[in-house]
Parts: sequence; structure tokens; C-alpha cells
Amino acid sequence: MQFFGVSEISPSPPAPTASGNNGHMMYVFNRNGVCLLYREWNRPLRTLDAQQDHKLMFGLLFSLKSLTAKMDPTSAVEKGNLGMLQLPGQGCSFHSFCTNTYKLSFMESPSGIKIILVTHPRTGDLRESLKYIYNLYVEYVVKNPLYTPGSPIRCELFNTTLDQYVRGIA
Amino acid sequence: MAAIYSLYIINKSGGLIYYKDYGSAGRMDTNDSLRVASLWHSMHAISQQLSPVSGCLGIELLQADTFDLHCFQSLTGTKFFAVSEPGAQHMESLLKFVYELYTDYVLKNPFYEMEMPIRCELFDINLTQAVQKDRVTFLGR
Repeated sequence: MQFFGVSEISPSPPAPTASGNNGHMMYVFNRNGVCLLYREWNRPLRTLDAQQDHKLMFGLLFSLKSLTAKMDPTSAVEKGNLGMLQLPGQGCSFHSFCTNTYKLSFMESPSGIKIILVTHPRTGDLRESLKYIYNLYVEYVVKNPLYTPGSPIRCELFNTTLDQYVRGIA
Repeated sequence: MAAIYSLYIINKSGGLIYYKDYGSAGRMDTNDSLRVASLWHSMHAISQQLSPVSGCLGIELLQADTFDLHCFQSLTGTKFFAVSEPGAQHMESLLKFVYELYTDYVLKNPFYEMEMPIRCELFDINLTQAVQKDRVTFLGR
């Protein structure tokens, strides 16, 4: 009666990139949904223009956060309506999801900064790495007196350090 | 004792055709389960659009603080997803086994109309047996 056995019907994930860098792209959003940073290292497929892609990604994350808070099977408290705005850290939140072609890791700070890293699907747990990236953000962006909160990040030192770090983990 | 918290089956249009709760602490009423299923259908589709490489089939595993959500989509677009404890094993095998039960007890039922909610007693009975923890452990053999 076993039709599937051990074989998979979905295509196998792509091989790691030749350079050894398995990071695809990274986004940073603030609490209002403004895309502060978009870094791309390996993205052969592009289905939308940049602005729509950022909006769609933020919408996906917002809805998934709402979904996980609603679906939390261990909390018996009244969770309110689906889609209701929630404070950062309130309720159950997701930290990653995996498809057959990529893995998306997610972190949200108490101030509402969202960091998203898209990597190869076989990547392990990246929660500590995202916390380190948040530390890089604090050190090189927040502490930069020339940076205006809410505007896109244009800090070369942060970009360089980030590229180096992501190349090492993914 | 069940190995999963709950199981959902969605048709290819995103409508909820089966929902079974096996012990969640928070109750979800019928309307909420319908909304959750429809939202998952949309999120699954959007995740395909945002893929950096071609050939993406959508979310297979969503990891949250207190649960994991495993999803299996058949070739015809029916989605089976189960909410389990974080790190629970053999969930992919369990969902494929549920797919077998679905084909055997639902699709082969001449009284069942496609895309409608599942109300097949044999499916319920066999599904309840399949999700028991000791049965799920054997899926890894």
C-alpha cells in the first residue's frame, strides 16, 4: 500500500552555489514595513520589481506572524481576531520556514526591526546568527550619527561586515 | 495520545474540507479554523512567488516558538498540514500516510463530492488510529 516509500516527489533542492555562499538575500524592515535594507547575493529568479517584492515579503511575514499567534496550540488565552495588530514579542512567533528551494529565517527585535535571511534549504538554525546580525545593525547603523531612523541603510561598513559574516554562516 | 495537535486538509481552492483537533489548549471555533486554512493557502502561494530560484513548491515546514507546522501538497493541489510539537519527527511520513487514507477512504467513496467537507466515518476511524504516538513512531522504520 506504500506508494511513496522513501522517494520524494518534489524536485531535489539545488546544489550549494559554487562559491560556497549559500545565502540568497536579506531584508531588514522597520515596524512600519519600510524596507531599510535589501542585500542580494544569489537570486537567479525574479518575479516582481523591487518595490512590490519588498511589500509582498513584509505582507507575508505580517500574516505568518498573525497566523502563528492564532494557531498557538499551547496557549489557552483569548487570542483575538486573525490579522489583529500585535506588539513585537506578543504571542507565539515563527522563526523560520522551509520550502524545497529555500529556507527563510526571521527575527524581530522588541523595537519592531525585522531581519529576514533567505538561505539554502539545508541550512540549520540561524536564530543566533540573526541576533548577531542585529548586533551588527546596532553597532554600525544605530550608532552612526549620520543615519536617520526610518530611512534606508546606506552604510558601507555595515554592508561589508554583513557580507563577510553571511558568507561564513550560510 | 496523539502525536500532533491538529490536522487540516484544504482543497485546491483553499477551502477547508477537514479539521481535526487532538488536544490544543486554546479552542479554535469553526470560523477561525476556516480563516486559518484560507490564510495558509495564500501564504503557501506567496512563498512560491518569493523564491530566489525556480521550481519552488511552497512552504513545507513552518517553525514557531511552540509548534511546528508541516505541510504536504499533492500533485492535484490538495494540501495536508499538521501542527505538531517543535522537533517532532516522521511528520512527512505521517502526512503521506494520511494522503493514502484520504485516497482510500474519501476519494474512493462514491457518495463523496469533490471539494466538499469530508464526512467519512472510516476515514475518521483510521485517521485517529494513524496519529497515535506509537503508530507514528513506526513510520520511521
